[in-house]
Amino acid sequence: MDFFDRFAIPHPSPVIYASMVAIGLTVIAIIAGLTYFKKWGYLWREWLTTVDHKRIGIMYLISALLMLFRGGVDAIMLRAQLATPEAKLLDAQHYNEIFSTHGVVMILFMAMPFIMALMNFVVPLQIGARDVAFPRLNALSFWLFFMGAMLFNISFVIGGSPDAGWTSYFPLAGNEFSESVGTNYYMIAIQIAGIGTLMTGINFMTTILKMRTPGMTLMKMPMFTWSSLVANVIIVFAFPVLTVALALGTMDRLFGTHFFTTDAGGLDMLWANLFWVWGHPEVYILILPSFGIFSEIISTFAKRNLYGYKSMVWSMVVIAGYSFLVWAHHFFTMGQGALTNSIFSITTMAIAVPTGVKIFNWLFTLYKGKIEITTPMLYAIHFIPLFTIGGVTGVMLAMSAADYQYHNTMFLVAHFHNVIIPGVVYAMLAGLTYYWPKMFGFMLNERIGKWTVWLLSIGFLLAFMPMYITGLDGQARRMYTYSESTGYGPWNMASFIGAGIMAIGFALIVYNIYYSIRYASRDIGSDPWDARTLEWATHTPVPEYNFAISPQVASIEPFWDSKKKGQELFKGSYEKIHMPNNSGIPFIMGCIFFAWGFSFVFGIWVPLILTTIGIFVCMALRSFEIDHGHYISVDEIEETETKLRGAN
Amino acid sequence: MRELFPAKQVMGFVFSLILTIAALLVYYLDMSFTAGMTLLLITAFIQAGLQLIVFMHAGETKDKGSIYTNIYFGVFVALVTILGTLLCMIWGYI
Ligand code: HEM
Ligand SMILES: [Cu+2]
Repeated sequence: MDFFDRFAIPHPSPVIYASMVAIGLTVIAIIAGLTYFKKWGYLWREWLTTVDHKRIGIMYLISALLMLFRGGVDAIMLRAQLATPEAKLLDAQHYNEIFSTHGVVMILFMAMPFIMALMNFVVPLQIGARDVAFPRLNALSFWLFFMGAMLFNISFVIGGSPDAGWTSYFPLAGNEFSESVGTNYYMIAIQIAGIGTLMTGINFMTTILKMRTPGMTLMKMPMFTWSSLVANVIIVFAFPVLTVALALGTMDRLFGTHFFTTDAGGLDMLWANLFWVWGHPEVYILILPSFGIFSEIISTFAKRNLYGYKSMVWSMVVIAGYSFLVWAHHFFTMGQGALTNSIFSITTMAIAVPTGVKIFNWLFTLYKGKIEITTPMLYAIHFIPLFTIGGVTGVMLAMSAADYQYHNTMFLVAHFHNVIIPGVVYAMLAGLTYYWPKMFGFMLNERIGKWTVWLLSIGFLLAFMPMYITGLDGQARRMYTYSESTGYGPWNMASFIGAGIMAIGFALIVYNIYYSIRYASRDIGSDPWDARTLEWATHTPVPEYNFAISPQVASIEPFWDSKKKGQELFKGSYEKIHMPNNSGIPFIMGCIFFAWGFSFVFGIWVPLILTTIGIFVCMALRSFEIDHGHYISVDEIEETETKLRGAN
Repeated sequence: MRELFPAKQVMGFVFSLILTIAALLVYYLDMSFTAGMTLLLITAFIQAGLQLIVFMHAGETKDKGSIYTNIYFGVFVALVTILGTLLCMIWGYI
């Protein structure tokens, strides 16, 4: 029995046991459903083994939405606990576990895959390619992310959640202060997902540099592709630092090394340092593709080309460089001298300049445009002022002397939610709405969509503006309660109500999907928004090979020019198309990685060794496998094209 | 025959062996920390460059531009990270 004791939850509550039962029942229901409707074969053939970037994109999307709700439930619990002074809803330990989970889930398992979803679906279409450079690696990236995320998500019912914050600072995260396996989950689950992300970075960098359609020079790439390129470059250079930091942390916790300990020559601050060497570039990995999405949307619905294309590109390139120069602003208060802090203050403030350039470019685009307010555009219009508030408070935080007052208060919490929610989350929801018809062949309801935007914005303001005030007043972050005499009570109640309104907004998205599946028209053509870039030149649904003939590009907005100036996009005749074969190895490898991670978390060594061998066997199999892909014949292409053209 | 002989590769290989031996000297000879570290850093950077250019063909295709840009950016990030970390944790720490 001793063996199984380790899987028990160290700090249980009825809610956790109820979740355990709920998870069990859901798994049984899914298995039963798949068996009953005989969908196993379909699932395996069409999804689990797919290497098609569009399907991988959709799987990322579904995962991201699931994680949005997982993280959202955590958020509501946190706000409910803080809504009134001295509340007893959660105790300190549960509060710690929930905010740690909330942070990791939202950044790494919601925002990241959401970006991967849009990048996967859109980038190859925007550059006129038939798939990414390494389709099978792409599938492996997805499965590693997915298994990492799932491993992290089961922690609260098996062995206990991490409770040292999403930043997991040592020495708190060391064995001495975090005894449960929670922080092992943190180290290993993020490691697995992070390796997947690193591979995506390499894959998309190569794709964008090598697979553009004839005529598309770098300076003719659509803005979302540019932003993805820059984000992937940052991924390739930032994620290895995370990989190393997590590996060192894992060794400290499981093998008794002393990298981050306070004794025996360890340096606990080094963790914070390495974490933010990755962490600050990470926030730019999130925001740049979001900027890209907004650029596409603003130019489409202002009915004009993007103002200042070149300055947009340059500002991103500059941001990519700067983003590696500012990380110490996250620990101004850790004890560096004034000179060090001043250097990082200045670099941090400097990064606001290229960001400002982009804001002005969007405003100028709108200024001369014929604006059409659709749901994606409404998100973009709300984004500009709200995000600017976040940028301004960022500059406030960047002043290291003043940061001694703001640091680790609710003011900081308000700042980063203020950039991440209107910046990243709005961009993703706008992108979801914008690309939905391309993905699924019908549009989401506009009326419900606009209600969602307004609810989110009102809820957002109500939830986060009060935090600036209580933060300045000294309310610390990550504290599970406060006394009534502090006077924080009413503000926190307002925050709770705001969070509730946002929750209604998110629920409306689900309702919108349901409603539109039932009632939306399927007869929308392939270009419902009257858009400008190549992804809209494909049929809906997009055929497996994307483009029957590789498009010829001569400008930044080739599709627009083909519609308005009669430029011919598709010259020449059909030729047979070479496509990659599906493969089960990425999924199987993902499963092995899951088992590997689980054994690692609990330090069960025999399965750990076996699964490690399994991983290498999978890689060896791939190396020796002969797989030349397959061809789609001209007849087949003709048939598909006629059918799809007829449908539109 | 002459043009078939991979002179560049053989020379590269010999040179990388020499660099390795030079680095090993740090272990066998009794040097000061500074001298040892300097030798290691210099040989390591030359070695990395050699591998990239001679054996991984960094400059031989028309992707030369993007490959070198990436390498320079990588070096930039590595230097900034290391120097910045030293600045935070040691030089500028009170
Ligand atoms: C104008 C640009 C920005 C500036 C000047 C800025 C500045 C700062 C500073 C100085 C801090 C640390 C404050 C402290 O710990 O006391 C901070 C924290 C943070 N910022 Fe920003 N920021 C900017 C934009 C962004 C963007 C675009 C994002 C994300 C998309 C972001 C996400 C975050 C996060 C997640 C944290 C804190 C995380 C934590 O401690 O848990 N920031 N920012
Ligand atoms: Cu930062």
